[in-house]
Amino acid sequence: MMESCNCIEPQWPADELLMKYQYISDFFIALAYFSIPLELIYFVKKSAVFPYRWVLVQFGAFIVLCGATHLINLWTFTTHSRTVAIVMTAAKVLTAVVSCATALMLVHIIPDLLSVKTREVFLKNKAAELDREMGLIRTQEETGRHVRMLTHEIRSTLDRHTILKTTLVELGRTLALEECALWMPTRTGLELQLSYTLRQQNPVGHSVPIHLPVINQVFSSNRAVKISPNCPVARLRPLAGKHMPGEVVAVRVPLLHLSNFQINDWPELSTKRYALMVLMLPSDSARQWHVHELELVEVVADQVAVALSHAAILEESMRARDLLMEQNVALDLARREAETAIRARNDFLAVMNHEMRTPMHAIIALSSLLQETELTPEQRLMVETILKSSNLLATLINDVLDLSRLEDGSLQLDIGTFNLHSVFKEVLNLIKPVASVKKLLVTLTLAQDLPVYAVGDEKRLMQTILNVVGNAVKFSKEGSISITAFVAKSESLRDSRAQDFFLVPSDNHFYLRVQVKDTGSGISPQDIPKLFTKFSQTQSQATTNSGGSGLGLAICKRFVNLMEGHIWLESEGLGKGCIATFIVKLGIPEQSNESKLPFVPKVPANHGQTNFLGLKVLVMDDNGVSRTVTKGLLMHLGCDVTSVSSSEECLRAVSHEHQVVFVDVCAPGIDGYELAVGIREKFSKRHEKPLIVALAGNTDKVTKENCMRVGINGVILKPVSVDKMRSILSELLEHRVLYEAI
Amino acid sequence: MDGVVQLQKQLVDYTASLFHEGFLDEQFNQLQQLQDESNPDFVVEVVSLFFEDSERLLNELGKTLEQKTVDFKKVDAHVHQLKGSSSSIGAQRVQKLCIAFRNCCEELNTEGCLKCLQQVKHEYSLVKNKLETLFKLEQQTIAAGGSIPTL
Repeated sequence: MMESCNCIEPQWPADELLMKYQYISDFFIALAYFSIPLELIYFVKKSAVFPYRWVLVQFGAFIVLCGATHLINLWTFTTHSRTVAIVMTAAKVLTAVVSCATALMLVHIIPDLLSVKTREVFLKNKAAELDREMGLIRTQEETGRHVRMLTHEIRSTLDRHTILKTTLVELGRTLALEECALWMPTRTGLELQLSYTLRQQNPVGHSVPIHLPVINQVFSSNRAVKISPNCPVARLRPLAGKHMPGEVVAVRVPLLHLSNFQINDWPELSTKRYALMVLMLPSDSARQWHVHELELVEVVADQVAVALSHAAILEESMRARDLLMEQNVALDLARREAETAIRARNDFLAVMNHEMRTPMHAIIALSSLLQETELTPEQRLMVETILKSSNLLATLINDVLDLSRLEDGSLQLDIGTFNLHSVFKEVLNLIKPVASVKKLLVTLTLAQDLPVYAVGDEKRLMQTILNVVGNAVKFSKEGSISITAFVAKSESLRDSRAQDFFLVPSDNHFYLRVQVKDTGSGISPQDIPKLFTKFSQTQSQATTNSGGSGLGLAICKRFVNLMEGHIWLESEGLGKGCIATFIVKLGIPEQSNESKLPFVPKVPANHGQTNFLGLKVLVMDDNGVSRTVTKGLLMHLGCDVTSVSSSEECLRAVSHEHQVVFVDVCAPGIDGYELAVGIREKFSKRHEKPLIVALAGNTDKVTKENCMRVGINGVILKPVSVDKMRSILSELLEHRVLYEAI
Repeated sequence: MDGVVQLQKQLVDYTASLFHEGFLDEQFNQLQQLQDESNPDFVVEVVSLFFEDSERLLNELGKTLEQKTVDFKKVDAHVHQLKGSSSSIGAQRVQKLCIAFRNCCEELNTEGCLKCLQQVKHEYSLVKNKLETLFKLEQQTIAAGGSIPTL
C-alpha cells in the first residue's frame, strides 16, 4: 500500500547528510516546542497576575501541536505505515486549527497588550510627578516649621537685644548661613550701623551711608532681594582670596513706633525707618537661594519687626509705670505734709483760741465790772472804749475760729427742732435798739405758709440772719430795712441770680427764703464777688470805719452752704441800697412727737407746780411704814391724801375726784397691775380716769412693760424724795405721762 | 444758852455719826424734811410705826421658821415687808440684811434663813437703840429751848 503514497522518495545515499540534519533539526525544534510551553506554564503559575491564561493555553496547545507535528515528521523520513500517516495528518490538521485560532485571537490581544504598555509609561510619569510635588510640600512644611520655630524663639522674649540675636542665630541655623548681619539706622538716620552679627561676637562699628542705591533698592520693596556680595553691607569679612562668596540676600526690617499705631488704622510704613538684614550663604557651596528660603526670610523679617515693636511698647509702659510710681510717692508725701500742716494749724488754733479767749474774758468781765463803779466821765469814756474794743476782738477771735473750723469741714450743725418764728422775732428784738438809734424803720414779714417749727441749727441760722440784718443796718444811714421770710418754691427762683442752685423738693424738708432789703449805701457791682471772701473790705467800707471784721459774710456763706443753701447779694450800685437773699434747707418736724409713750427720759429740773394744794390723791400700799411715809410726803406737798392698804379698799375708795392714784406694784400677794386695770375700768369717761402711778422696787424693762400694758401712766422707784415727788407730780400733771429713766 | 448750843452740837454730831456708820441713809433726811408745823411729830410717828411693824414681823418670822416644814413663801412675804419698811425710813443696814435674807429664802435654805434672822434681829435692836437715843436728845434740846438743827 505504500506504493501509492506520494511521499517523496527518500534518496538515502545522496541526501543522507541533509536528511540527517533535517532529522536532528526537527528533533530539536520539537524539543524546543515542548519546552517553551512548559517554561511559560511554570512562570505564569508563579506570576499570578497574568490575565491572559486562555491565550496561554491556546498558545501552548499550538506549540505542542507544532512540536508534535515535527516529531511525527521524524517517522516520515522512512517508510511508514498508514497509522503514522493518519496520525501525522490528524496532527497537522489540529495544528492548523489551533494556529489559525491563535492567530485570530492575537488580533484582539496584541492591541491590549500594547495599551498596557502605554499605561505603564503613563503611570511612571505620574509617579515621578507626585514625587516632585511631595518633595515640594515637604520643603514647604519644613519652611513653615522653621518659621514657626523662629517666630516662637523671637517672640518668647521682650528684650530687644535677645530678639535680634535670636533671630540671627535661628536664621543662621535654619538656612545654614555663613554669616548673618543686622544693620540698624543711627539716630541721625543718615547711616546704617552694623549692630549684630552671627559669627563675630563684637561687631566693630562699621557704618555705611543710608542712601546707597543697593540699600534703597532693598528698602523700597518688602521682599528679600538678592544683592551682590561685593556691596559694602555684604563685605563683612575679608575675602580669603580664592573663595567664591556665596549668594547674598538682603531684606528690610521695619522699625515701628508706638505712634504708628492708631486705633483701627494699621500703621503706614511711611515713617521709613528700616533696619537691614543681610544673609550670606556659605561660600564655595554652589548653593542657591531658593524661593521658599526667600519667603522664610521675609516672614521672619516681619515677625522681627512686630517683636521689636512689642518690646518698644513694653519699654514705654515700664517707663510710664515707673514715672507714675514716682509721682505717687511724691503726692503721698505732699499729702502727708499737708495733713501735718493742717493738724499743726488746728492745734495752734485750738491753743491760741483758748489762750486768747481767757485773757479776753478777763478783760471784758473786769471792764464791765469797772463800768459799774464810780467813774469820772473821762474814765467812763475810756472804759467804754476798752469794752467795745475788747468785744470786737472777742468776736473776731470767735469768727476766726469758726471760720477755720468751717473750712476744715469739721464744723457740724447742731440739728434740733426750734421755733422758726421766734428766731425772727428775736433777731428783730436784737436789732431794734440799734435801728431806732439810727432812725431806721425795720419791718418783718413772715409768710402765711411758713411753718412755725423747723428742724435745723437754730443758733447758726440766727447768727446768719443777724449778720445779714446787721450788715443792712450797719450800712444804712437812713431809710428802712425790710425782712421777708417765706417758703421757696422752684418758680420763685427763676427771677433770681441763683441759676446754679436747684431746689429738690421732698416731703420732710422745705426751703426757707429770707430777703433783707435796705436803702443804704449799696455796693458797686465789681465789689459784689469779693464780699464773701474773708477779710476783704471794699473801699467804701474801709473809709466809713464801720467796724466790720470782714469775716461775717464769709461765715454766713459757709453756714448757708452747710445748710445746703445759697446766699447772694444784689445791688444796683453805690447809694442805691442792697438786697441780701439767702435760701436754706430746713427740716419739717414730725407731728406725732407727743403721743410717743415709752421711755421719754424726763427728769425736769424745773420746779413747775410747787403747790399742789388740794390735789386729791390716793395711795395704796400694804406696808404701813412706807404708806405713812408716802402719805407724809404728799401731804407736805399740800395734797389731800387718802391711804389704803389693800386692793379692795382701793377700788372702793377711788372716786372721780382723785386725780392721781399711787399703787405699790412690787408687794407680793397684791397684784398691782390688776388693780390698775380695775381702777381704769371703773371710770368710763376719759376725763374721770385718774392718773395711775406705780411705786416699784425696780424700774427694769419688764416692770415698765407690764405697767404700760395695763395703762399705768408712770413708774417711780421707791423710796421717793420730796424733790423727786414734786417734779414727778408736776411732770405728770403737765404731760399725763411719766416714765422715769433709770 | 451754852447748854442749848452744846446739846445741839451733840445732836448734830450724833446724827452725823449715825449716817457715817451706815445705820441711816438719805431717806431718813427725807423724813426729817417732811416734818413741819402741820406735822411736828412726823418722824417719831413713822419710826414708832416702824418699830411696831418690825417687831411683829420678826416674831412671825421666828414662828414660821420654827415649823417642821418651812413655808418659804410666807417667810419671803414677811421679809419683803420688813425690807419695805426699813427702806422707807432709811434703816440702811436692816434693809441690806433683808435683801440677803430674801436670797436665802429663794434658795430654800432654812439654816441660812435662821442665821439671817438672827442678824436682822441684831441690827434691828441696834438701830432701835440708836433712834431712841436720838429722839431723847431731840427732846432734851427742845426742852432746853433750842430747836432741832436741820442737817
